[in-house]
Amino acid sequence: MIVAIASGKGGTGKTLVTAALAEVWPRPLVAVDLDVEAPNLHLFLHPRLSPPEDAVIEVPVADPARCTACGACVALCQYKAIALFGDFPTVFPDMCHGCGGCLKVCPSGALTPGSRVLGEIMDGRAGAIGFLMGRLRIGEALSPPLIRQVKARLAEGLAKTAGRVDALIDSPPGTSCPAVAAVSGADVVVLVTEPTPFGLHDLKLARHAFAALGVPVGVVINRAGTGERRVYDYCRASGLPILAEIPFERAIAAAYSRGETAIGVSPGLRDIFDVLAKTIRGLVVSVKERTAAHA
Amino acid sequence: MPEITVISGKGGTGKTTVTAAFVHLAGNAVLCDLDVDAPDLPLILRPTREVAVDFRAGHVAVIDPSRCNACGFCMDICRFGAIVAADGEYAVNPLACEGCKACVALCPAGAIDFPVRRCGRRYRSQTRFGPLIHAQLFPGAENSGLLVSELRREARELAVTTGRKIILSDGAPGIGCPVISSLTGTQLAVLVTEPTPSGRHDLERVAELTARFEVPAAVILNKADLGGPAAGAVREACAARGLPIIAEIPYDPGVTAAMVAGQTVTEAGIEAVAAPLRAAWSAILELTAARRAA
Repeated sequence: MIVAIASGKGGTGKTLVTAALAEVWPRPLVAVDLDVEAPNLHLFLHPRLSPPEDAVIEVPVADPARCTACGACVALCQYKAIALFGDFPTVFPDMCHGCGGCLKVCPSGALTPGSRVLGEIMDGRAGAIGFLMGRLRIGEALSPPLIRQVKARLAEGLAKTAGRVDALIDSPPGTSCPAVAAVSGADVVVLVTEPTPFGLHDLKLARHAFAALGVPVGVVINRAGTGERRVYDYCRASGLPILAEIPFERAIAAAYSRGETAIGVSPGLRDIFDVLAKTIRGLVVSVKERTAAHA
Repeated sequence: MPEITVISGKGGTGKTTVTAAFVHLAGNAVLCDLDVDAPDLPLILRPTREVAVDFRAGHVAVIDPSRCNACGFCMDICRFGAIVAADGEYAVNPLACEGCKACVALCPAGAIDFPVRRCGRRYRSQTRFGPLIHAQLFPGAENSGLLVSELRREARELAVTTGRKIILSDGAPGIGCPVISSLTGTQLAVLVTEPTPSGRHDLERVAELTARFEVPAAVILNKADLGGPAAGAVREACAARGLPIIAEIPYDPGVTAAMVAGQTVTEAGIEAVAAPLRAAWSAILELTAARRAA
């Protein structure tokens, strides 16, 4: 089972929820940080990490001696990553999305595959929990290719265990390409929000974005007790189940600022996450049963 | 024309709350919401829309089933996993398609069309503090960096035609394409952080990014009293990088109440928060003036 923890708005508590859920989730489990621009999960689960491995994207390298300046690559490239200055080909590797099209349309073999570093992939263990993360290189604009590579690594690992291992994914905020790249393929999406106008507005965006994935979606309301009731009204009116409420407590913020999860703050909080874990599993199982009954 | 952009690395540190207060304090700015994915500044500024236009950028591959001979070559060459096959029929998943044109150019049957993609909507609006340029990207849409560049260009033009002296922008979280696009050529980046390990970690990443693009930066430590040792770690990280901390703002439940009321914290008169923000705004004006003089 793959559980994506996501949100429209940043800073609602995705990482807090992912880290606390990881502590109470049945083993075997792997916790995955796909918020590659701002990866934070390791700061709370404290895994022992492998040395970072470069994740690269294929970019073309031009050989001016073989280039006939036919312009086929320039005409193809949608990202302005190749230009001809007179008859001299120039590649702008930072602009390249790594589609490989230019190498295929070049009739003279003047383009050969090179690479650009997107960022790093690290894996490791936090106690009994497996851990996997990506970290985007500073200055790199494209996070989705790195997210896809970390996901490919996850899929490889999960395939080896024949589905016995669950995965909890800490996703990037928002609803644009990085968030969709991270969340697609999950069995269930948990949207973390807060009871404020910003939280509500961005929850609506996220619900529309992730409804298209066709998997169950539920909501966790963080900092409950602050703000207003409209988030609750919206969830009720739109049939979005509220899976858990996490109260606003200074003790949680203080634990968080020490790099600790919310589990240790009070027995009541551990109970909240225990119930949340069971509810999430229930959502997925009920969908699977319904699908099986349908077939 | 000074452009000031508020960013954070980590989401939810209070970018929009801070930007909205500065909008009120500036009085004579063109306003810009560059978080085109989750734009929240309009919730405080309550704009009246004057102009709305489609944002079209890039293309998307579309397979015409009547021309497709189901050879599957597109699926072999697509690096983005965007080609899906069901019952021998091939189609493009538009959410995964990056619009690279490789399949369009290489399809042996010429069966793939390449229409322009509608990625979102752009708006010019009026608010009680001045004109606001903003947008909404569609879910899963690409080209957020390009959209950010277009919004900034429009804001600069508007500043010239309306005689406004400052462009004030609310940025996106992260360090990827929309953030990079919101930084190039900006006079000052205001980095909002919080006293947590994530706040410090993401501040360091975004500070490295501003340094890479040679954009001067200043830091605001929000909810400063919520974390003990982590606040110290943020201060040390700033000192080590030579980043000035221009305000430390305490946690105050009044901030959320102001948001619910659609007010800036300075309008709402939450003094514990408003006073350090006024001092920060003076510091920003000094920093940008000093830079212009230099």
